[in-house]
Amino acid sequence: MDFMQILQLIIPAAIFSAAPLIFTALGGVFSERSGVVNIGLEGLMLMGAFTGALFTILGEQWGMGAASPWFSLVVAIIIGMLFSLLHAVASISFRADQVVSGVALNFLAAGLAIFLVKKIFDAGQTPIIQERIYKTDVPFLSDIPFIGPLFFSSAYYTSYIAIALAFLVWWVLYKTPFGLRLRSVGEHPMAADTMGINVTKMRYVAVMLSGGFAGLGGAVYATSIAGNFSHATISGQGFMALAAMIFGKWHPLGAMGAALFFGLAQSLSITGQQIPGLKEIPEVYLLISPYVLTILALAGLVGRADAPKAIGQPYEKGKR
Amino acid sequence: MKLLKGKWASITVPLLSVALGLLVGGIIMLVSGYNPIVAYAALFNGIFSNTYVLGETVRQMTPLILSGLAVAFAFRTGLFNIGVEGQLLVGWLASVYVGLQFEGLSPIVHIPLAIIAAALAGAIWAFVPGFLKAKYQVHEVITTIMMNYVALHVVNAIIRTYLLAPGERTDQINASASLQSPFLESITDFSRLHYGFVVAIIGAIIMWFLLWKTTTGYELRSVGFNKYASEYAGINVQRNIVLSMVISGAFAGIAGAMEGLGTYGYMTVMADFTGVGFDGIAVALLGANGALGVVLASALFGGLKIGALNMQSVAQVPTQLVEIVIAMIIFFVASSYLIHWISNRVSKRGKI
Repeated sequence: MDFMQILQLIIPAAIFSAAPLIFTALGGVFSERSGVVNIGLEGLMLMGAFTGALFTILGEQWGMGAASPWFSLVVAIIIGMLFSLLHAVASISFRADQVVSGVALNFLAAGLAIFLVKKIFDAGQTPIIQERIYKTDVPFLSDIPFIGPLFFSSAYYTSYIAIALAFLVWWVLYKTPFGLRLRSVGEHPMAADTMGINVTKMRYVAVMLSGGFAGLGGAVYATSIAGNFSHATISGQGFMALAAMIFGKWHPLGAMGAALFFGLAQSLSITGQQIPGLKEIPEVYLLISPYVLTILALAGLVGRADAPKAIGQPYEKGKR
Repeated sequence: MKLLKGKWASITVPLLSVALGLLVGGIIMLVSGYNPIVAYAALFNGIFSNTYVLGETVRQMTPLILSGLAVAFAFRTGLFNIGVEGQLLVGWLASVYVGLQFEGLSPIVHIPLAIIAAALAGAIWAFVPGFLKAKYQVHEVITTIMMNYVALHVVNAIIRTYLLAPGERTDQINASASLQSPFLESITDFSRLHYGFVVAIIGAIIMWFLLWKTTTGYELRSVGFNKYASEYAGINVQRNIVLSMVISGAFAGIAGAMEGLGTYGYMTVMADFTGVGFDGIAVALLGANGALGVVLASALFGGLKIGALNMQSVAQVPTQLVEIVIAMIIFFVASSYLIHWISNRVSKRGKI
């Protein structure tokens, strides 16, 4: 097996498994940049995956054909935003501990999604969806030598959307007044308030954006990777996205890079058996590498990762 | 509204939260076409109607108490240990490993040895986030979550490489290390009740004693209240942060030993987390981070989980309803500001 073949095996798989992580990690960037910890990404992703599978099946029944999964992605964004409102209300308005509220959100998502699956389908999981998001060769670009086969053949459009969104989020956060306000609310809410920014409103918007993105991430996972929804569909991807966001230093492009890297580690742990030289490395090292690297990054051993200043603190007007 | 102020608040807020949580559960059942009264009656019967379900409830409570104690202990020092799940897994593995070794040992030696091994394993696992917090100010929430996944994969790899028996699991531990009891099983109509609940109660007493009756406990709580003031008063804050995480991890490890030595007697390759560690967060919150509170909250959540089985078979309500109720209870406890706000409104109106 030559080098090119190895790359062709690894790189598309890495981009493929990274896409849901990128979406969700971008959501995390919005929320945490505004000063609200979002441990609930896992639960939001779970609701997204459930919605993705459910509405793809409904779309098929309503005769939407190949558009069904794309329809389900839109619904998942809306459901994600609505579901994240619970976290927003509890942690922003009622000043609940943000970590606790996120944990409760994860509990609720797990319970509610399976409860509804059992109610609707009378089974522990949804049926397998017929209309998945399939891989395609991008016209023209896939004909480019070297780059074409690696990045543009048998790829998923959702992956390109994820990468494009990362740049869009970067632009929004760093080049627009809205982004500046959002970040200022996360760094120094009192100063932002003095400048006439509505801290509560900004944080609500940020948390709902994170819900929408995480819902999209979950739905992309269900419609491109899993193919259905069961209790085991989302098991840790949300936390891995959280790790990617931190490893990417709360920066959209950093989060994307980290998610791609974690996707690489995941795909290596699956495809590694086919690659000479990697066979000798036990799978477990690849499986734990995203988490270990995140811990090392936080400890300052792989570049310092500093959280937004006001993260985790509810904002109380007039409090010193 | 006096009940919502002062010392009563620590009892009324949890009770009100439980009531509100059950109410939301009832509304969800109504909306989705179930009969909440029939369902809750079945749930209640599923906890108390016979000795078998009572035995199962106590068995379910046992690891919950210990994981709740683990979360609560760290909370008292101002630390949020979400890593109980991972510490529980390494504790479970350690207890099973010791249980598989040392043939012909007396149970009086073997059981404590296995439990201590579990406590040590959990403590070591929790030491990492504690050390990173104390030394580098790394937030423990993130590191403990990451350590959970490291634990899951490492434990599975160790079982697969060194301890694998047919059926993706380890062998059964030696009888001398087992907490299982034919006597307890026979009086509870052959439930899986084991002696672990004694260990859990001892754990609760130890936590209470350690926190409230020793200098170390005073220092730990003091760091939790205000670490700057504690530092100024000459308390070594860094040392106490590490110590708190290590003790919390030890409790979590013992929770794992309850599964390893009691309920199962072996460990399987885990596809996912047990959930006991995460439930511990709910237990600690509802129990207001006190030893007695944790035991009572475990009784409630353990009971709900066992009762849910009967609720499903009698009223056809999926067991997940109980998870929804537990999640809502956490929301309400965490949003106690809401409850206080409502009570203030009501009392003001009462005056006018």
